[in-house]
Amino acid sequence: MAKLMTGNEAIARGAYEAGVKVGVGYPGTPSTEILENFAKYPGIYAQWSPNEKVALEVGIGAALAGARTIVTMKHVGVNVAADPLLTLSYTGVNAALVLVSADDPGLHSSQNEQDNRYYGKLAKIPVIEPADSEEARQYVKLACELSEQFDTPVILRTTTRIAHTHTLTEEEEPLALELKPYIKNPQKYVMVPGNAKLRHQVVEERRQKLLEYAENTPLNRMEEGMGEIGFITSGISYQYVKEAFPEAPVLKLGLTWPLPEKLIVKFAQKVKTLFVVEELEPYLEEHLRALGLKVVGKEIIPRTGELDHKIVKNAVLKYLGEEVADRSLELNLPPRPPVMCPGCPHRPVFYTLNQLKLTVTGDIGCYTLGVMPPLSAIDTTVCMGAGIGMALGLEKANPEFKGKTVAVIGDSTFLHSGITPLIDMVYNGGTGTILILDNRTTAMTGHQPHPATGKTLMGNPAPQVDFAALARALGVKRVAVVDSFDLKKLKEVIAQEVAAAEVSVVIVQRECALLPNQGKEPLRVIEDNCTGCKSCLKLGCPAIAFRDKKAYIDPLLCNGCGVCAQVCKFSAIVKGGDSHE
Amino acid sequence: MNKNILLAGVGGQGTILASKIIAGVAGRAGLKVKVAEVHGMAQRGGAVVTYLRFGSRVNSPLIAEKEADFLLAFEKLEALRWFKYLKPDGLALVNDQEIYPLPVLTGAASYPDYAAFAAEVNSYLIAAREIAQKLNNPRGINMVLLGLLAQKLDFAEEDWIVEIKNRSGKFAEANIACFQAGYNYGI
Repeated sequence: MAKLMTGNEAIARGAYEAGVKVGVGYPGTPSTEILENFAKYPGIYAQWSPNEKVALEVGIGAALAGARTIVTMKHVGVNVAADPLLTLSYTGVNAALVLVSADDPGLHSSQNEQDNRYYGKLAKIPVIEPADSEEARQYVKLACELSEQFDTPVILRTTTRIAHTHTLTEEEEPLALELKPYIKNPQKYVMVPGNAKLRHQVVEERRQKLLEYAENTPLNRMEEGMGEIGFITSGISYQYVKEAFPEAPVLKLGLTWPLPEKLIVKFAQKVKTLFVVEELEPYLEEHLRALGLKVVGKEIIPRTGELDHKIVKNAVLKYLGEEVADRSLELNLPPRPPVMCPGCPHRPVFYTLNQLKLTVTGDIGCYTLGVMPPLSAIDTTVCMGAGIGMALGLEKANPEFKGKTVAVIGDSTFLHSGITPLIDMVYNGGTGTILILDNRTTAMTGHQPHPATGKTLMGNPAPQVDFAALARALGVKRVAVVDSFDLKKLKEVIAQEVAAAEVSVVIVQRECALLPNQGKEPLRVIEDNCTGCKSCLKLGCPAIAFRDKKAYIDPLLCNGCGVCAQVCKFSAIVKGGDSHE
Repeated sequence: MNKNILLAGVGGQGTILASKIIAGVAGRAGLKVKVAEVHGMAQRGGAVVTYLRFGSRVNSPLIAEKEADFLLAFEKLEALRWFKYLKPDGLALVNDQEIYPLPVLTGAASYPDYAAFAAEVNSYLIAAREIAQKLNNPRGINMVLLGLLAQKLDFAEEDWIVEIKNRSGKFAEANIACFQAGYNYGI
């Protein structure tokens, strides 16, 4: 019987059924649950790596060793893994290697909305796009076959609405596969220029063969229909087209690199007006135009954000000259941006940084929320690990940043890509202060273990990285450890380390408030003591409201961290009791 | 029976569990189902929405303006945000609870006047939080709302109970009690 699965669950299932033996990745929305689910199947090995580059390299090793392998990451993770990926295209694989790139149009939880289909074109490796969970499950298997048949890595590209939408999915028995033998072959696997030149020719030959494959693969499907307009589309956009124009002929492309040029031309000849519907970039459209086809695409379909069926329908109808109702006006409602949780150990850090009026180069994680008012403490966020290098760049360009700048980075992010820029700062004589916000987990993506947590994805104990010892080993002489909930000490230590004329690492420790056993008794406000000064509101804690000119703590939300009690100058916030009434 | 249902609330309120139960019940009836949810940063106390569609054929996982048959709103401001997604004859079932977003907590914005907007749509305001608290299941708001919804749909009550049981673990009994309180609420 068909089961409701998210795209991510279905990819995990498909990998298991395809006989995939090794799964590797780094957590990142919307990709995270693939590996979490894959790890639950019997007879497989799954691990989180410290970053996507390492994950892909472990994956390459596993595939060369003869095991079908899946490597998972979010779209920006592929940038990190791009270096091995582009040369993996030359070496090819032994057993299958499928790289899942989970893109995030609409930036539900990302710093950009890049379109990773271009990686297929750049690396000259096949890109496969499922349109629902059942296809995702089947396409993983097809991707494995394609990978081995053409000796190439394959990108399985999803988007948020594929990854996080439950649709009905079948299940089949897993294949029982033996490891493929590893054969030493330096001409194929050692990419010195002499070998790589020859391999580049092999890649070109492969591209030609893939072009032929693309014309006949069941991944691409021509759906007959009625009317004079037709659509070429892929992935989730296919569903929007079918919802908006169920009767129209559609060429659904499951393989979006390389494209089936003959099939596309044949389809184009059948319709009077050809629309190409795709989220983000005009990736398909550019190719169709290069074939000399007349198409309607990005001049009517938005190039930013997500699509839906109504956007598609209205755009097409408007183009065809029909009246379309405008979207109704937004009501003037207060927004509800995400916030740090009550008891979040990041809050006191950004409260302190705001008070000290420092320039803060930030990073990627829950703590990026330190940019939101009233904390308003972060100056920059670019990508994983960027804050440390940027802090060095600031002071190298303008010495006035010395003594006024901190780089803030989470524990998992520091392990991902904070270590090399820290080495850089020490090596090149920087004087910056790095705060490692060590909440003992990868919080934003849902609490995955990492190399400093003492646990692996499969639940086994592991050695723990010692951040203080690591910093010292890299040449940092000033290393401090402080409890995030000790506001006075935190401020003292940060002020002192920022003033020091050399690199400092401050490890701010406190478990994520959402980890088990973090809550304590809620606090309450003694109304008679509260002067209504609003100092506690500067923490931006969702448990603290301002009612009738007094602070009020919601006992159902408060988790008793006690930071607001330290902020209050009038001893109006105390432990105990379940409300102030 | 083709239905579009929006579940809107604040991260952490249990919208996802509620949507899984509805999807499970629709799936039992042999219908096609799609449920689209949001993970990651948005879950940290931000506005969240789950789109749920079932019927004989479902392509898009999303629901656009004026397409929802039902809006299950776990919070009043979030109800307001999604009212315009209701069909003219759509129905909003709204938990009578205000959770102030940060701009309101800090005084940068004021909480909107719910009643003024709600008058323009078919909507019921239910004290689901109080009902759940009385049944010693303060997190059972989602189940009370599900009960109200179940009354408006054509699936058997037993199907709902089985799905709730299967997905509630040790809270099964408490959740069923909340569901029934909603189911028998009488609107």
